Amino acid sequence: MIVLTVLALSIIALIFGAQAYLMQNDTVALYLLAIGFISMGLAVYVLVQSRKRMAKMKIETPKIMTTVECRKCDTKNVREFERGDFVFKELDKCDKCDENKIITAIYKIVKEKEKPFTI
Amino acid sequence: MAFVAGTDIVSQLLYAASMLFFVVIMLYGQKIQMYVMIREVENSLRKLKLIKEEGRKTTIETIKEIGKPETDPSPRVDRYLEYFTISPQSMDPAGIVNKLDHILDVRDSRFKDEVKLMAPASDEVQVNNLENTLEAAMALNFIYRVVRHFYIQGKKTLSPYVIMQLQMILPLVMKEAEAYSSALKAFAYGQPIGDGVGALVAAKLIYGSKTRKVPKDCVVATIPFEGRTALVVKARGPGGNVGKPGDAVKELIEENKGKIASVIMVDAGLKLEGEKVGEVAEGIGAAIGGPGVDQYKIEDSLVKYKIPVNAVIVREDIADAVSPMRKEIADSVDSVIERVKSVVLERTKEDDKIIIVGVGNTIGIGQ
Repeated sequence: MIVLTVLALSIIALIFGAQAYLMQNDTVALYLLAIGFISMGLAVYVLVQSRKRMAKMKIETPKIMTTVECRKCDTKNVREFERGDFVFKELDKCDKCDENKIITAIYKIVKEKEKPFTI
Repeated sequence: MAFVAGTDIVSQLLYAASMLFFVVIMLYGQKIQMYVMIREVENSLRKLKLIKEEGRKTTIETIKEIGKPETDPSPRVDRYLEYFTISPQSMDPAGIVNKLDHILDVRDSRFKDEVKLMAPASDEVQVNNLENTLEAAMALNFIYRVVRHFYIQGKKTLSPYVIMQLQMILPLVMKEAEAYSSALKAFAYGQPIGDGVGALVAAKLIYGSKTRKVPKDCVVATIPFEGRTALVVKARGPGGNVGKPGDAVKELIEENKGKIASVIMVDAGLKLEGEKVGEVAEGIGAAIGGPGVDQYKIEDSLVKYKIPVNAVIVREDIADAVSPMRKEIADSVDSVIERVKSVVLERTKEDDKIIIVGVGNTIGIGQ
C-alpha cells in the first residue's frame, strides 16, 4: 500500500516537474523530476523485491528418477519414480531375455545454484 | 529565516530534510534496524508456516490415500504433531543409556500404534513410512513453534539481543525446515533419502543372498567377501526404518563368541562447506548417529572382545541426509564398496570373519 502511494506521488512529482519545465522554472523542474525519478525507482525496486520474495516462498520439488536394469543383458532404463518403487525391487520380465528386471537406483538430480568456492 | 545564506527555498528545504534525517537516524537508528530485522523474521516465519501447513496437508492426504481411515484423521494428526518426549534425568548419569533406550522404545511403539489407528489399511512397510512422514511433520511443527516464540518475544520486548540471535540463525533454520519438507515428501512416497547410503551399500552386498532377522528391525546376510566371511547388517527395508544396529552387532558378536576380526561401519557423514557431496572418507570408530544408544552398545561389545572398528562415510550435508537421495550419493556406492574391500584386505587376514554394518534409514531400499 505504501509502495503504491509512493509510486502515485512520484508520478505526480514528474507531472509537476514537467509543468515547471514548460513554465521555464528550471531549478524547481530539476528538483521535482529528480525526486520523481528517484522515488519511482525505489517503489519499482521494492515491488520487484516483494515479487521475488513471493516466488521464493514456493518450495521446489525435484524430479525423482528410477533406474531399472536387466542384469543378464545389461540393459538400463531411467524413468520417473512411481509410488511403490524401491531399490532392489524385482519388476516384470525383461523384453530381451527371461530375467526379471530390477530397480538398481532411485535418486534426484540437483542442479547446483551456488557458485563453487575454489579456495 | 534562511538555513544556508544565499540559497533558494528548495535548497533550504532539502538542507532541513537532510538535517532531520540525520537526527532521526541518530536517535532512532537502532529501532529502525530492529523493525527491519523483525520484518525479515516475519517473512521467514510466514514461509515456515506455509511449509508446516503443506507438510500437514501432505501427511493427512497420504494417510487417507494409504490407510483408508473410516473417519477424518486430521484431529489425530494434529494431536500427534504436538507429542513430546522427555529425556531421562542426567544428574546421576549411571545407567542413563538404558533409560534413554527404554524411553525411545516406548516412543517408537506408541507412534506405531497411533499410525495403525490412523491408517488401519496400511501394511508394515507403509506404517513405517507413515511414521517417518509424521515425524518430519512434527519436526516442521516444532521449528515453526520455536521461531514464532522468539519472534513474538522479540516483538514484545523489542530486545535487540532476542531479535538479532533469531535473525542470525534464521538462514540455517530455514535450510533445515526446507530439508524436512523435502524429507516429508520422500517419506510419504517411500523414496530413499541421503541418510540411507549405508543401508544401500549393505543392500548391494546382500542382494541375492539369504537374509535372517536380527534384533531389532535389522537383517543380516552371510556372504563371502575377498576371501573372508562377512556378516552384512542393515535395517529391514524397504519401509522407513533405522533399526537398532547396536543390538544387532551385539548379538552377532556374542553368537560368534567375539571371534570377529573387524567391524566396518558405513554411514552418511556430515560434510563441511567446500567439500563435495558424495565424497568417500575413511576413519576409525563407530560411525552411527542418533541419540547415542546404538553407538554405546556397539562400543561396549567391541571393547569387551577388543575388536577393531573401522568407518567409511559418504559426505553430505544435513539437507542432503534427510531429503531424497542425490545422484552423487547413489553413485558413490561403488566407491564405498571398493574402500571397504581395501580396508578388509589391509586390516584382516584370509578366512577371518568380519561384520559390515550399513547404517541409516532404509526407506525405499530393499535387500
